[in-house]
Amino acid sequence: MSVESTQSKLTANTPMPPERLLDVKQLKKYFPIRKGFFKSVVGQVRSVDGVTFHLNQGETLGLVGESGCGKTTTSRCLLRAINPTSGEIRYRQADGQLVDVTKLASDELRPLRREMQMIFQDPFASLNPRMNLLDLVGEPLLVNGVANRKERSDRVADLLRLVGLRPEYMRRFPHAFSGGQRQRIVIARALALNPRLVVADEPVSALDVSVQAQVLNLLLDLQEQLKLTYLFVAHDLSVVRHISDRVAVMYVGRIVEMSPTDELFLAPKHPYTAALLSAVPVADPRIRSKMQPLEGDVPSPSNPPSGCHFHPRCPFATELCRQQAPDLEEVQPNHFVACHRQAELSLLGVSEPT
Amino acid sequence: MTNQPLLEVRDLQTVFELDEGTVKAVDGVSFDVYPGRVLGIVGESGCGKSVTIKSVLRLIEEPGRIANGAIRFRSKILGNSSAEMVDLVQLPAKSAQLRALRGNEIALIPQEPMAAFSPVHTIGNQLMEVIQLHQPVSNEEAKKIAVNRLKEVGVPNPEGAMDRYSWELSGGLRQRAMIGMALTCDPLLLIADEPTTAIDVTTQAQVLSLLRKLQQEHQTSIIFITHDLGVIAQLADDVVVMYLGKVMESGPVDQIFHNPQHPYTRALLRSIPTVHTKNRSRLPTISGSIPHPFQKRSGCPFVARCQEALPQQKCANQAPVLKAINEHQSVSCFLHQGGGNVS
Repeated sequence: MSVESTQSKLTANTPMPPERLLDVKQLKKYFPIRKGFFKSVVGQVRSVDGVTFHLNQGETLGLVGESGCGKTTTSRCLLRAINPTSGEIRYRQADGQLVDVTKLASDELRPLRREMQMIFQDPFASLNPRMNLLDLVGEPLLVNGVANRKERSDRVADLLRLVGLRPEYMRRFPHAFSGGQRQRIVIARALALNPRLVVADEPVSALDVSVQAQVLNLLLDLQEQLKLTYLFVAHDLSVVRHISDRVAVMYVGRIVEMSPTDELFLAPKHPYTAALLSAVPVADPRIRSKMQPLEGDVPSPSNPPSGCHFHPRCPFATELCRQQAPDLEEVQPNHFVACHRQAELSLLGVSEPT
Repeated sequence: MTNQPLLEVRDLQTVFELDEGTVKAVDGVSFDVYPGRVLGIVGESGCGKSVTIKSVLRLIEEPGRIANGAIRFRSKILGNSSAEMVDLVQLPAKSAQLRALRGNEIALIPQEPMAAFSPVHTIGNQLMEVIQLHQPVSNEEAKKIAVNRLKEVGVPNPEGAMDRYSWELSGGLRQRAMIGMALTCDPLLLIADEPTTAIDVTTQAQVLSLLRKLQQEHQTSIIFITHDLGVIAQLADDVVVMYLGKVMESGPVDQIFHNPQHPYTRALLRSIPTVHTKNRSRLPTISGSIPHPFQKRSGCPFVARCQEALPQQKCANQAPVLKAINEHQSVSCFLHQGGGNVS
């Protein structure tokens, strides 16, 4: 079986290149489906089904896909916000030591939590309405031992300045702020402990377009200043193109393609990536695409199709695609594709602006 | 295309009287919808686009009310002759005339089809209800019409889908069924309120190409509400750009995207990342954020964020009005109305 062969190939204990911050191998997260009085397990939702990727220090990896493809579950597994079913997440700590996040006990995880932080999608849900900014942004400091009140409020003031908010607002409550400002507060809170890895789960999708640009620029500036590494989860391809160094595309629990951003957008090698790109409405009435939209719907991860998960919607599918799942292979330096026919296909990316 | 508009909205003002004060959600909006054309209304949240179309449907509820303006619609069932227009604002709320109009001549595709369908009735039942409400047909005929509609919007196995409930369908199918329901009575005007916001991009592409196909086949007029400029560019013939309850600019889609005149339109177009933007470049932004609707304003609503605001506080003190700058395009900005001279 090809899945097993990949497994053995990838879990071989290869040393991690020095620029790597994070190495994820064959990550799986299955949620059980329970039914009946005894809650017996009748099936599995394969939310994340063998995902392999890496993050280099200081870069941004965009993780894109449609709803239900497992991108959020993947990002939560990295932080052990949920426990993965199997797989390996190797992380290089600030002191250079390598740890497998999946194998750590919860007390061993605590020092790691400082280094990995999360920015959530909805700034209206992720801020406690009864806490003021000082408490909200200062809480991670308090939890991690900055007990001195003066010290804490100085640090919070610095953080607020860093994200472009006035420190005088420290005593105000979240309701006094607009969506964009709230997202700045969430970012300030995530940065409170000088993290090295920031997982941003759809950080701008709840914001208005005119405010989106401000927050994206802020994230880019902060990355430069603080040498942050981002995993940027989003469904909006335009935003991902704008902010990412590399992009990974997910479909029903698997990564189908991963490559440097421009390469992925200009010369996609997986039919799903190409379909996704052609589905984005172009903000120019003179380019009214004559594209053929994909037929059908995204399959459910509880009952995915056989072989390549994309084959029922793929215009290029063959018998092999129906039977055997393709491996994610490096077809060009840094360009990974999981498609049996990638070598024969020449797919269209986005056309360059004229 | 005839030159007679199907719908004329003139100086519409919809206000909400709340304890905290009066919110002018829609503040003097005017636009025309022509037969067989797609009008896109674009704006950020809180700009009044949804309230505008709710006003057109006369679905504004307490404490909101239409304070001023006219909504003239060329109705076939209410008008005596085709030349006459009916002012919907003058019709009593909850009147039989309005009920005859809604769903029949003016139909709505709501944003969230999950919330719009009843979860305890089958799709078929709900479709047949609409048909029998507006047409004197038997159950069997109604069923036949409903199945045909579902087939037309590309629902696979339409007979089977009739017996299913909305929650059994995927997001894309549900939205297709909703479009089928809106089209059951061959409306003259279809209003789509962010119909693709809640669905994925590949499904969105399916729904958009379906809407375009149906629009061309039936020659229906559409008002399409969205905050997504990409969707507007792909679907609309004419565009209205709204900001804080006012129309900033209106005109043909090509003019709006390639020759925008209002500073807000220009800033909006510059600030969106597209799949074409240069990787990791800084986006030009619109500074600040949308002012709170309770805030008292005089002058242009965009003035605080405008980079091209005129000196001497003219823009802050005086409100510009929407004026035609050429045959098709109208702009509400002093830059195009005699420059900086205080009149």
